[in-house]
Amino acid sequence: MLGLIVLAVVAVLVVWGIASYNRLVGMRNQVLNGWRQIDVQLKRRHDLIPNLVNAVRGSMDFERDTLTAVMEARSKALTATGPADAAQKEGQLSVALGRLLAVAENYPTLKSNDNVKMLQEELSATENKVGFARQFYNDIATKFNTAQQVFPTNIFAGALGFKPSELFEITDAAERDVPTVDLSRRGTA
Amino acid sequence: MNLYEQQISNRRKTWLIMIAFVVFLLVLGLGFDAFYVGAAGGSIPIGTLAALGVGSASALGSYFNGDRAVLAATSAKPIEDVAAGASDADKLKLRQLENIVDEMAIAAGLPRPRVYVVPDADPNAFATGRGPERSSIAVTRGLLDTLDREELQGVVAHEMSHIRNLDIRVMTVVAALVGAVALLSDWARRGMMWGGGSRRRSSDRESGGSGVMAIAFFAIWVVAIVLAPFMAQLLAMMVSRRREYLADASGAELTRNPIGLAHALEKIEDAAAPTEMIKRGSAHLCIADPLGRRMNVKEGFWSDLFASHPPMAARIAALKGMAFES
Repeated sequence: MLGLIVLAVVAVLVVWGIASYNRLVGMRNQVLNGWRQIDVQLKRRHDLIPNLVNAVRGSMDFERDTLTAVMEARSKALTATGPADAAQKEGQLSVALGRLLAVAENYPTLKSNDNVKMLQEELSATENKVGFARQFYNDIATKFNTAQQVFPTNIFAGALGFKPSELFEITDAAERDVPTVDLSRRGTA
Repeated sequence: MNLYEQQISNRRKTWLIMIAFVVFLLVLGLGFDAFYVGAAGGSIPIGTLAALGVGSASALGSYFNGDRAVLAATSAKPIEDVAAGASDADKLKLRQLENIVDEMAIAAGLPRPRVYVVPDADPNAFATGRGPERSSIAVTRGLLDTLDREELQGVVAHEMSHIRNLDIRVMTVVAALVGAVALLSDWARRGMMWGGGSRRRSSDRESGGSGVMAIAFFAIWVVAIVLAPFMAQLLAMMVSRRREYLADASGAELTRNPIGLAHALEKIEDAAAPTEMIKRGSAHLCIADPLGRRMNVKEGFWSDLFASHPPMAARIAALKGMAFES
């Protein structure tokens, strides 16, 4: 009878030990995965943003060039020196306006504004994703550290090679400062 | 309470309610087997097992096919289809929704759920699906039009938390228990009509003292049988409300911004019309009760007992408590 009880206790301890070890292994792998997922988001940002900015700039340039042509033609028309000169310059203004109207017909809503809004959304979403990837890493690293440090798992966790993970931390103290926002044309950005 | 304490409290209360439910079912079932099935079943509680079997079968059926059924019933369309025919301003809003779902999936460490849009002007949202690998989040047109990005993120985080906390499975287990209790109650009431219950009471094997105990137990059991459907519904709604509070707290852990969801709930409450596209059976999956908010706005006795969602004021107060605001 006593032998059976001892056997049962040993069996329970062995099962619990195996389950604890496997749980810690699973968590360690999740922590490593979480760390690498931050790089996934950083690479996406690195690859995506320059292309997005170029695409928007391209469409803005096209519209800006067309608008600039209209404005220049209009200024020239205002400085006309005589009726013949005025007629010629008004003619050029008509041509430029015609081009602008053709653009407006092909693109019923001038798209710069919408493109810029979409670009802003993608920029902030990309930064959000990097931030959430870091947050998730910190969350599971904390769970992993807690699992190693609670009793009774802490008795053997160290012996079996499990180490506490470091949480994501800012290394450059300047990153904690409040950024300055300067929307005037004289700003450096 | 901060968001971690609220999560622990809500999980513990869920367990307590589930244990109470199982005990209630066992009292009903074993009484049924003692008084009605009697010698026919030998020592195996046939009645209890049969009720559990049938209840589980129907609950599992809705578990495996429920997400397709709910999405079809609400005319939910995949977001890709909606975006294809949308105006530019709309495309931006839909793109924001996709980005928000991606962000919350990253924060939760889960695969990205499929996103649907329900054509209803009332702001509401629900999550469905067997588990994290096959899950869907649906959002109404009204929600997209009413909320800003921060509030929308709070709502999506709440729905993502329902998926992460496996609430669909919890409510499936609850549905199985409700079904089993309803069946036992039904069979017992039929049995009573045919006078089957008197068999045991006049059995020769009862001695004087335990005869009184048996009659007392039988009386209590009859009351329990009559009240059973009522009690089962009550317990099911208690579980539903606990999981809603838990989803609020888990969502706040994902966004680290409880006030975003609090503001979203305030806006949703102000839009008073019921969400017609979402029918009664899916009510527990939504962020706000779609059946017209009267029951969930008042904090009276009956509404506290039978509402699938906690009162909005209580949810908003709990969220503000997480942000240390009052």
